[in-house]
Amino acid sequence: MSLTNKVTAEDILRISGVDASRCMQCGKCSGACPNYDEMDYHPHQFAAMVRKGKITELMESKALYQCLSCFACSQRCPRGVEPAKLIEAVRLSVIRQKGKNYMTADALPEKLDEKIPQQALVSAMRKYSK
Amino acid sequence: MQKIGVFVCWCGSNIAATVDVKAVAEALKDEAGVVFSTDYQYMCSENGQAMIRQAIKDYGLTGIVVCSCSPRMHEATFRKTAVSAGLNPYMVEIANIREQCSWIHKDMAEGTEKAIVLARAAVAKLHRNAPLTAGTSPVTKRALVIGGGIAGIQTALDVADAGFEVDIVEKSPTIGGRMAQLDKTFPTLDCSACILTPKMVEAAQHEKINIISYAELESLSGFVGNFTATIRKKARYIDEDKCSGCGVCTEKCPSRKGLDDFNMRLNKRGAVYIPFAQAIPNVAVIDADQCIHFRTGKCGLCQKNCSAGAIDFEQKDQLIERQYGAIVVATGFKPIDASQFNEYAYNDSPDVVTSLEFERIMNAAGPTKGQLVRPSDLEHPHEIVFIQCVGSRCSEDAEKGKPYCSKICCMYTAKHAMLVREKYPDVNVHVFYIDARTPGKNFDEFYRRAVEQYGVDYIKGMVGKVSVEGKKLHVQGSDLLNGEQVHINADMVVLATAIEPDPTARSLGTMLTASMDTNDFFTEAHPKLRPVESPTAGVFLSGVAQGPKDIPETVAQAGAAAAKVIGLLAKNELTCNACVAHANEAVCNGCSQCERVCPYGAITYEDREIRTPEFRGVRRIATVNEAVCQGCGACTVTCPSGAMDLKGFTNRQIMSEVDAICR
Ligand SMILES: Cc1cc2nc3c(=O)[nH]c(=O)nc-3n(C[C@H](O)[C@H](O)[C@H](O)COP(=O)(O)OP(=O)(O)OC[C@H]3O[C@@H](n4cnc5c(N)ncnc54)[C@H](O)[C@@H]3O)c2cc1C
Ligand code: SF4
Ligand code: SF4
Ligand code: SF4
Ligand code: SF4
Repeated sequence: MSLTNKVTAEDILRISGVDASRCMQCGKCSGACPNYDEMDYHPHQFAAMVRKGKITELMESKALYQCLSCFACSQRCPRGVEPAKLIEAVRLSVIRQKGKNYMTADALPEKLDEKIPQQALVSAMRKYSK
Repeated sequence: MQKIGVFVCWCGSNIAATVDVKAVAEALKDEAGVVFSTDYQYMCSENGQAMIRQAIKDYGLTGIVVCSCSPRMHEATFRKTAVSAGLNPYMVEIANIREQCSWIHKDMAEGTEKAIVLARAAVAKLHRNAPLTAGTSPVTKRALVIGGGIAGIQTALDVADAGFEVDIVEKSPTIGGRMAQLDKTFPTLDCSACILTPKMVEAAQHEKINIISYAELESLSGFVGNFTATIRKKARYIDEDKCSGCGVCTEKCPSRKGLDDFNMRLNKRGAVYIPFAQAIPNVAVIDADQCIHFRTGKCGLCQKNCSAGAIDFEQKDQLIERQYGAIVVATGFKPIDASQFNEYAYNDSPDVVTSLEFERIMNAAGPTKGQLVRPSDLEHPHEIVFIQCVGSRCSEDAEKGKPYCSKICCMYTAKHAMLVREKYPDVNVHVFYIDARTPGKNFDEFYRRAVEQYGVDYIKGMVGKVSVEGKKLHVQGSDLLNGEQVHINADMVVLATAIEPDPTARSLGTMLTASMDTNDFFTEAHPKLRPVESPTAGVFLSGVAQGPKDIPETVAQAGAAAAKVIGLLAKNELTCNACVAHANEAVCNGCSQCERVCPYGAITYEDREIRTPEFRGVRRIATVNEAVCQGCGACTVTCPSGAMDLKGFTNRQIMSEVDAICR
């Protein structure tokens, strides 16, 4: 998938309200993350890469949809960086681009299985589509 | 009419590049009273000063204006110059045309205009100056050291060796501080007690040192050279002169519920106890909260068994009042409360301990007699995880933790890791770190030894979570260098918790009017050039009370503080500030407003016989103790009748300056 509009570090700062330059790369966030092994980029990398302006890589990452939004990383960060908000901001940047809905209603039936609570599907729809 | 000389300095190009110094000197020639005006490259140089002296003599000057750098730099220099040419030092005015002019302007015309205005204001003020003479006050040749850790002990020893008397006030029952609790010390791994206790003994036996233990400062008044301190010596219910420290009472005491503070509350102790074997004074203390006698009126076993008859249940707190010339703050630190960091399961498992608790566990005189065992079941651990920076280096707005680096924990964690590997090669040791901060002589070598020779597993990254799983602690953290999340099943977790100033520091700072930073560390008079003095005259700083530091740095600073104290106590008298407040008795009506605002307690009132055209009789008048007044001016702006004035900065002087500027 290719992205149409260039998203900058400033855009992410504006959407998330998170100043990534406060991050000291201690890795406490990634140490706390319960879904670390599923993600290609980890919360401390989001902080580092937003700072370097490598937003396109992050927008193409799998991690956007593996992050559980549990906010463990944000809660533990000793420097108030809130990586979960950065991830959320990058995800929103993808979804806001035309035609980049990650989840559509048509795709729902194939994802259904009896173990998934309905609420999770509703919130996933809210999070992953416009 | 004054005869005034004006001296405009170039300060090399510092001033001359933005201010036309010749034009300033020329313009000032037209001011009333100015009989001589010139400029020179460096007024503060020997040649510049000679020029000033010569002009004072040649023109019979009654006062001089130097247009130069800030008075903080060279006011003292030019006052001395004036004195050597026979002028009163307070007949010197400085127009600051560097910091307040050339350095902040870019345009030459603007800079020159402002410099002329500033110089005119100084001339206008000088017209109203009067010669002033500073009083003197005697110096009490005794120092008070607050806190008896290694910092306080070292400062006391150095001051006492110079022949001055020193009192150490220590709030706990013994001196020694945190160093007494340590097992071995980096970077040499020598036994802490072995190097500390000889110093404690030396302090106790020194004829010039008086240790007041189990005591705290209650109040303080006075000023540099002349402090009066009231010290509260808490009742320990033991007669210090009679107790021989035999310890029989501590064995007989049936109360066993008190927690042993010296061992970081890892074990219980009796209600009567001696903190540790080498305590000084080696005298027992009764913890009244735990003592059965104080709770029920019964027991008294200690009293029955004390052959020295030292137990005294009737003992009361004692107040001691003494005079001091100098005060040294050496109140040290405590580790922060680790229970706020429950992501590391500190509250959930006794096997998660702080580094200071770990020192006691490793110490032969500690709760486990130096056996490394898990506190929960006293089993030998096989896997230990150390976590650095717990509560240090957090952002200013973080809801917990400190914004600073605690400076000592990288090194003591390397020490702990090595000690464990040395004594128990079967134990795997992992250290989670953000950075290994090891600046210091032989420090980085020490840390590298832990990695290279002792095989300590250093993992760059922080732990996100510790959870209790059965008898194990599941540690989940980042390994940033290998790009993975690591999971370790540990038997023990040791938290290198941040350190913070002693909780009494804040109230002590208020009592001493000594300033402190937002973290409650005492601030120094100048961070680079006056690192062991507080901005409050006569108050000096020693040890961690000023900021995190290790023992070598503490001892060096303690010696430096002692040198400053000795320099002060060696003087017989101090020259007071000549610019003190003064009440005009013709106007003062004794309303007491000024007394209330004076931060130094310099103002009292007396009934005085007044004879003015409007009033005859006795009236209550404010009187300023000139030795105590610091010239802050708070009273002058408070006085509703305008009676209070500050010598050298009278209202008339200030108004003349304002008029000259607005002319
Ligand atoms: C776990 C750990 C390990 C360490 N290991 C090492 C090491 O290996 N090597 C090394 O160089 N450094 C080490 N340190 C650092 C060392 O402990 C300090 O540098 C040193 O103790 C500082 O001494 P101090 O006198 O400034 O403070 P403290 O030792 O804290 O002494 C202060 C004293 O003042 C008293 N006091 C406090 N407030 C008052 C008051 N209001 N009135 C009267 N008395 C008061 C206290 O009771 C205490 O006795 C370690 C620190 C920790 C926490
Ligand atoms: S975001 Fe916070 S927790 Fe994560 S690496 Fe940066 S400072 Fe550490
Ligand atoms: S919010 Fe996302 S990145 Fe942060 S800890 Fe939870 S799963 Fe991991
Ligand atoms: S000394 Fe080391 S462990 Fe301690 S706060 Fe600083 S970096 Fe962290
Ligand atoms: S000038 Fe300051 S110190 Fe002096 S009497 Fe007035 S208030 Fe007190």
